[in-house]
Amino acid sequence: MKIQHLVLKEIIHRKLNFSLSVFATLIATASLIGSIVLLRVHDIKTQSILQEKEAKLQERMDILKDDMRKAMLILGFNVVILPKDQNLADWYSDDYSAKDMPEAYVDRLANSDILSIRHLLPSLQQKIEWPERRRKIILVGTRGEVPNLHQTPQKPMVQPVPFGSITLGYELHRSMDIRVNDTVKLMGKMFTVNKCYDERGNQDDITAWINLKEAQELLGKEGRISAILALECLCTGNSLPIIRKEIAAILPDTQVIERESRALARAEARTKVAQEAAMTLEKEKLARETIRHEMERMASILIPVILLACALWIAFMGFINVRSRREEIGILRAVGVSARDIFMLFTWKHLSIGILGGFLGLVLGTILPFMSSGPDQVIQIGVVGSLIFWLGLGALSMIGASFLSIVAGWIPAMIASRQDPAEVLRGE
Amino acid sequence: MIIQLKNVTRSFSGPKGKVIALNDVSLYLSSGEMLAINGPSGCGKSTLLMTAAGMLKPDQGDVLFGEDDHPYNLPPDRRSRLRAGLIGFVFQQFHLIPYLTVRENIIIPSLSILDKVLDRRAQELIQQFGLHDRADHVPSQLSTGERQRTALARALFNRPKIIMADEPTGNLDDENADIVLKHLGRYVSEGGSVLLVTHNAGAAYYATRILKMRDGRLLQ
Repeated sequence: MKIQHLVLKEIIHRKLNFSLSVFATLIATASLIGSIVLLRVHDIKTQSILQEKEAKLQERMDILKDDMRKAMLILGFNVVILPKDQNLADWYSDDYSAKDMPEAYVDRLANSDILSIRHLLPSLQQKIEWPERRRKIILVGTRGEVPNLHQTPQKPMVQPVPFGSITLGYELHRSMDIRVNDTVKLMGKMFTVNKCYDERGNQDDITAWINLKEAQELLGKEGRISAILALECLCTGNSLPIIRKEIAAILPDTQVIERESRALARAEARTKVAQEAAMTLEKEKLARETIRHEMERMASILIPVILLACALWIAFMGFINVRSRREEIGILRAVGVSARDIFMLFTWKHLSIGILGGFLGLVLGTILPFMSSGPDQVIQIGVVGSLIFWLGLGALSMIGASFLSIVAGWIPAMIASRQDPAEVLRGE
Repeated sequence: MIIQLKNVTRSFSGPKGKVIALNDVSLYLSSGEMLAINGPSGCGKSTLLMTAAGMLKPDQGDVLFGEDDHPYNLPPDRRSRLRAGLIGFVFQQFHLIPYLTVRENIIIPSLSILDKVLDRRAQELIQQFGLHDRADHVPSQLSTGERQRTALARALFNRPKIIMADEPTGNLDDENADIVLKHLGRYVSEGGSVLLVTHNAGAAYYATRILKMRDGRLLQ
């Protein structure tokens, strides 16, 4: 007679004990497999949500880009008027003018009948060492926008820095831990910080802006400026040469360069939109990752508890089984069945519990998360899950459940195999 | 001599202190002999049977299988194997496995051995004990006599040299008791040995020797 035959007969005879042990194995396996499948379903859902959002964002971005392109078409461009002797190579590399010119130039331009130039911003710039802080900075004095007398008054694009105030670039206020309303000393003069700019990634980050008059005093350049910025110049087509000609007629010892092209502005706008889209996607991804981490954390706490409880239950059922089979074990030992065979008898039974519980747990642990994900996603998830994943899951459930059941039943099996037949039969 | 007990003493601790179940007992069992041991309940007959069968180690004294096999000097699994080849057991309570059929109960000593010869041996015993109509029934579907015949067939399955029977007729009516004793008598006549613990007066008819036991001692 084969041991497996005896195991099968005993299982049929004591169905309740077997069923309760299988149930515990089923719960343990279903919990483990269920949590893995849930995470898998979550990952696939995340992928699907992100793809959907990405497509929608792309669509919105395309619309936005088109709108921007149209808006840019009617925008003007910016020019900088520099002293004629300013080396352009130096200007391009330093992004400020080291030479200067009379401040009166800006008034002359404002009072002229030139129509293509708007929003005039005179400034005095110089790279200095901030003596009190021992830092190299670019000091910019600005008086805000000079109104053009021949044009309809417009809302100024840039506000002047008030007297006694200073505006600081990102790197300056960050590195020196300066905040708005702090008082700082610059070249012996006290200033109140009125603005701290965000990071711009250019020389603005190491620039301090003060009122033009104060800058002229501090730098000893009264009545002098180093550049005039003209924003949103009205032009059509390639009109820079025309503007240059007009300005040269009014301010002969100056030169005019284009500061930022429309293409650049458009590219910047595009980049901004793309960055916004990426950030939105990143936020969604982060939110989904947070949910996943929460699920993982819960599973890492719950699953071991469930596994332990189920193992204890299986062991308890094993003890009951051994106890109810005392007479049987005694007679088997008396007729010469070895302790090893008795141990194998119980181990085979626990292996059967593990295989059946593992299979049922695999089915339940797979079906439940699928059902919770809604019927429309079931097929999608089922198709997306790779064959290796499902094979691995199958192997894990069968091997894991068998291992759990055998380990839980080890001590009862040992007790059974060590029972003294004489004790048992005498007791009976 | 097939089994010898030399000055065997065995005690148990009970609720009222130490109980001496066997007190300096010596006996032997020869081939082709049916030794019947009579005595009141609790006099130590079953303990004597277990000790002689190599299942209950004596506190003192010696047990020998054959001339020089000391079963209690062997590791448990080797002792099990030795016992399985040498001794068959019959109990008052039958001790059949409830979920196995008659055929499977008879064949159970061959657990984990697959052999066609064993099937033939089981069939032979089923025929011998008149159980052919009941071969595929489980114990709960059998009469007490059929159960004891099944137990006897199981005891003979490995062709043991000795049958140790503990009150084999205790739960049977006279007719079935006689059938069981006849089978044991036939086994002895074929060269087997039987150590029989019984109250049954009819056993005297089949026994070659009868010993009386009282308070853990054998009375001559």
